Amino acid sequence: MSYLHQTAPIASSARVMRSVSLACLPGIAAQTWYFGAGVITNVLTGILCCCLVEALMLAARSRPLRPTLADGSAMLTGILLGAALPAGTSVWLILIGAVAAIAVAKHLYGGLGHNIFNPAMVGYAMLLVSFPVPMSLWPDATGFGAGDVQNLWQGWLGQLDASTLDAVSGATPLDALRQPAGASVIGDANLSSPWAIISLAWLAGGLVLLAQRLIDWRLPLAMLSTMAVLAALLNQVSGTGSVAFHLFNGATIMGAFFIITDPVSAPGHRRARWVFGAAIGVLVMLIRGYGGYPDAIAFAVLLMNLSAPLLDQLCSGTHRSATDAPRGNS
Amino acid sequence: MNDDSHSSSDSSSNSSLTRQQARQIAANGLWSNNPALVQLLGLCPLLAVSGTIVNGLGLGLATLAVMLGANGCASMIRGHIRPEIRLPAFVMIIAALVTCTELAMAAMAYELYQVLGIFLPLIVTNCAILARVEAFASRQPLAPSLLDALMNGLGFTLVLIVIGALREALGQGTLFDGMELLLGSGAADWVIQLPGERHMLFMALPPGAFLITGLLIAGKNAIDDHIARRRPASQPPSEQRRVRVTGTIH
Repeated sequence: MSYLHQTAPIASSARVMRSVSLACLPGIAAQTWYFGAGVITNVLTGILCCCLVEALMLAARSRPLRPTLADGSAMLTGILLGAALPAGTSVWLILIGAVAAIAVAKHLYGGLGHNIFNPAMVGYAMLLVSFPVPMSLWPDATGFGAGDVQNLWQGWLGQLDASTLDAVSGATPLDALRQPAGASVIGDANLSSPWAIISLAWLAGGLVLLAQRLIDWRLPLAMLSTMAVLAALLNQVSGTGSVAFHLFNGATIMGAFFIITDPVSAPGHRRARWVFGAAIGVLVMLIRGYGGYPDAIAFAVLLMNLSAPLLDQLCSGTHRSATDAPRGNS
Repeated sequence: MNDDSHSSSDSSSNSSLTRQQARQIAANGLWSNNPALVQLLGLCPLLAVSGTIVNGLGLGLATLAVMLGANGCASMIRGHIRPEIRLPAFVMIIAALVTCTELAMAAMAYELYQVLGIFLPLIVTNCAILARVEAFASRQPLAPSLLDALMNGLGFTLVLIVIGALREALGQGTLFDGMELLLGSGAADWVIQLPGERHMLFMALPPGAFLITGLLIAGKNAIDDHIARRRPASQPPSEQRRVRVTGTIH
């Protein structure tokens, strides 16, 4: 977050939140097409849990409920959290993630506009660290209607046992990268694989946001170009996957357009934003190539959120902020 | 660290401890000036080894033992050392006592000694101990010093046990796991298995310790606020806030 700015006015942030939420729809639709109705339950449960925790925290802090709930920031956090989780995550995990995101990362730091960290990514990282097994169980990308209603309901309640989950789940390409036999997966990085289609759908939503000037083009451009250069380099050095593989797998595109562009937890200055995006790209590539977790967007974003005030301060001596930059998305 | 609340009551000639004084010392050590929750001293061992109840209890008792010895010794020699060398002298005393405690633990509870590892010798750097010696025992007779050490050590130990219990229950799904390490084989079946299959690994890791400690401090401040609101006239809250303490000390 940039300490140099005041918080966004509520009216405009509500409009931004609505637009960003709408721009998530293509990505969510594509994800649902491949991973089934579990994606929709994820997103709906995420919205429900986040709004519930937001209301409870507002009541506990004796703040008025209506204006803050109506600005849609909790809803957007819920959408992003739900879309980032493996399809068909149980309601208990989503609730824990919502508490981490809204109660801890947002309200304990002072509410919207004062949060140092991106709330949705705090919720995701907390769940990934706490429950590594269910968090890595993505269902097979066999298409819509793969899981029947009974399984979906039991999975939502968290009552599916591990063997059933194993039977319906498949390794994501980024998981396969961890395995010695993953080289074949890296080889066929074409733009018609499920993950690439999903990434293209998120890209479409992101481009709409860019066209509406709701997000700063510097952030995704810095992150994606850094990742492309590093992916090409690291692929030569240690064979960690091609440029297209890394750009169109996992949460790269979603992260570049919907996560790191959060104006509260990203720096405010133009030059700081270039550094911010590029550093996230570097961290993502390093953690993907050499780290212990398959995808790295959440950790990279959180690490750079920490550095955002410093980046702003270092750049503020020479450069005033990007005052035209939109603010208020979460 | 300078503890103003006690310097006024220095009375080396009158060594008897009034009931009022004793109550004040106990309240300070256990609650209103708790080393872990208010002074935020000894955070490193507090956060690092509070993963289970037995770890917290073991480190808490070791710290309590060192505190008792250090406060006692410092109080007895307080008239015989020059002010210039008092800190080196206190640190020597604490270091000697920590060494004794560590050796005793290696002899009597070897597994726990291995679990606690570096944090046993590191008790010597626990500022909570040096703070009690410097702020209290170096100016007070033996009896209040020992009581002060006991109460502060108990306050520290209780916080360690509470954090250990919460982290063990949430992160591991058990309570009293491994008590036999400290209390002998009779305590092996004390372990309570809480229902549920998946546990929040996050709570067993250091970030969970930070989160729980922060929530405990918030809880203590909330209770203090509640008490202050219920009887506002009796004790006007002092405006003075010291650096690095949580809440206000009356």
